[in-house]
Amino acid sequence: MSDSGTLTKTDLVALTGVNKHFGELHVLKDINLSIAKGEVVVVIGPSGSGKSTLCRAINRLEPIDEGTITLDGQPLPSEGKALAKLRADVGMVFQSFNLFAHKTILQNVTLGPCKVRKTDPKVAEQRAMELLERVGVANQAAKFPAQLSGGQQQRVAIARALAMDPKVILFDEPTSALDPEMIQEVLEVMIDLAKQGMTMVVVTHEMGFARTAANRVVFMADGEIVEQASPEEFFTNPTSRRAQDFLGKILKH
Amino acid sequence: MLSVLTDNWELFVDGFWTTLRLFLIAGVLSLALGTVLAAFRVSPVPALRAIGTGYVNTLRNTPLTLVFAFLVFGAPKMEISLPTFFWSAVVALTVYTSAFVCEIVRSGVNTVPPGQAEAARSVGMTFMQVLGIVVLPQAFRAIVPPLTSVMIALLKNTTIAAGFSVAEAGAIPAVMAERGENQVATLVWITVGFLILIIPLVFLQRWAERRTAVA
Ligand SMILES: Nc1ncnc2c1ncn2[C@@H]1O[C@H](COP(=O)(O)OP(=O)(O)OP(=O)(O)O)[C@@H](O)[C@H]1O
Ligand SMILES: [Mg+2]
Repeated sequence: MSDSGTLTKTDLVALTGVNKHFGELHVLKDINLSIAKGEVVVVIGPSGSGKSTLCRAINRLEPIDEGTITLDGQPLPSEGKALAKLRADVGMVFQSFNLFAHKTILQNVTLGPCKVRKTDPKVAEQRAMELLERVGVANQAAKFPAQLSGGQQQRVAIARALAMDPKVILFDEPTSALDPEMIQEVLEVMIDLAKQGMTMVVVTHEMGFARTAANRVVFMADGEIVEQASPEEFFTNPTSRRAQDFLGKILKH
Repeated sequence: MLSVLTDNWELFVDGFWTTLRLFLIAGVLSLALGTVLAAFRVSPVPALRAIGTGYVNTLRNTPLTLVFAFLVFGAPKMEISLPTFFWSAVVALTVYTSAFVCEIVRSGVNTVPPGQAEAARSVGMTFMQVLGIVVLPQAFRAIVPPLTSVMIALLKNTTIAAGFSVAEAGAIPAVMAERGENQVATLVWITVGFLILIIPLVFLQRWAERRTAVA
């Protein structure tokens, strides 16, 4: 049903026996999942199944009740400086972009390197411009986030994550808040990243993305990993009843 | 009317100078302490949050006169000695005002969408960096107006020190009465003095609001 969760040398992220409750609600049920270096994992499932919580647990934005999560073999520290240091290696892209509203686009990308990695501002700026170029918003560098379209903001958010040279990037429904015509421009940047070997965990219902870029689809329901398979296998031949129902529903639309 | 002021010029100048010093020192200290307490109250450490909450609930609900009385009469009995009545007054005003500053800063922090702090934590900032670089600058705009009110209240609260042997502006009427001067004129001049001190605060607020009114 799911991976054993045992550590192999190439496992970048490994969750073992992870449980999480919100009060009475059991949102993550005995999750075992390992993600290899360079792997692109798409997480899919009905609303409320715990996808965001899983994503946020990996950089400890949500603490877990039980189990272990390791990054590059290191267990996540519980608090303080060590945790901050670990988070610097884990990029996160949010549904609502969350660009720093009081900083320019350029500053949004340089802030992390300058303040966390203590990179020389000149060097950070040059690197930031390269990244903004890569995601196609270099000409917006001097503006503030509110002056950009959603698609542009999300591409800046990806550049901000990349600026930290993360080992893995977590995407929590990166295109769900976007107008339809802007979804593609963000997906293209993500597909590009995947091709270049970035390790990615992507919560999304964009099946086009899953089919082109993902190595594996993880299907969650009610806090459990119900099924995981290659995109091809999962979309054409889901084995579990719940995955069949779920795909039936989203494919009809 | 004018002679009431000019004949007692030194008394007024000394009084208001003491008021101004009380205000500035207690103001800066309560901004600092209040901000630290607000950081406690939003910190991930439960013990710090409890300290912050306990402090605010105690100090905000205690009449300022009692805080003064405790420091002036109570503290020496507990062998905590402050060098002068002036410094007792500074401490009393600071511990009292910082509770209000804390609540203003904390509610300012709450106006900043939580996604801002999450994004900052995600790039690896420490708690202090998240607060100092991302959250507080964005909270500033919401903080300025109520903070100005608290600072004006602090300025007026300095007059309580007169009751505890500090010769600030609030102590002027008693001396003027001894000198047999006109009480109404005295009070009018004291009011004018306070207005003159408050005006810069109002301008400071306008300036700060304009500065933070960006996109
Ligand atoms: N901070 C919280 N406090 C209490 N309950 C929460 C909290 N965050 C999430 N939940 C609950 O936990 C469950 C899982 O939430 P989660 O956001 O992980 O689901 P999801 O799969 O991402 O759903 P969606 O597709 O709607 O984003 C839901 O029932 C949700 O209501
Ligand atoms: Mg979600």
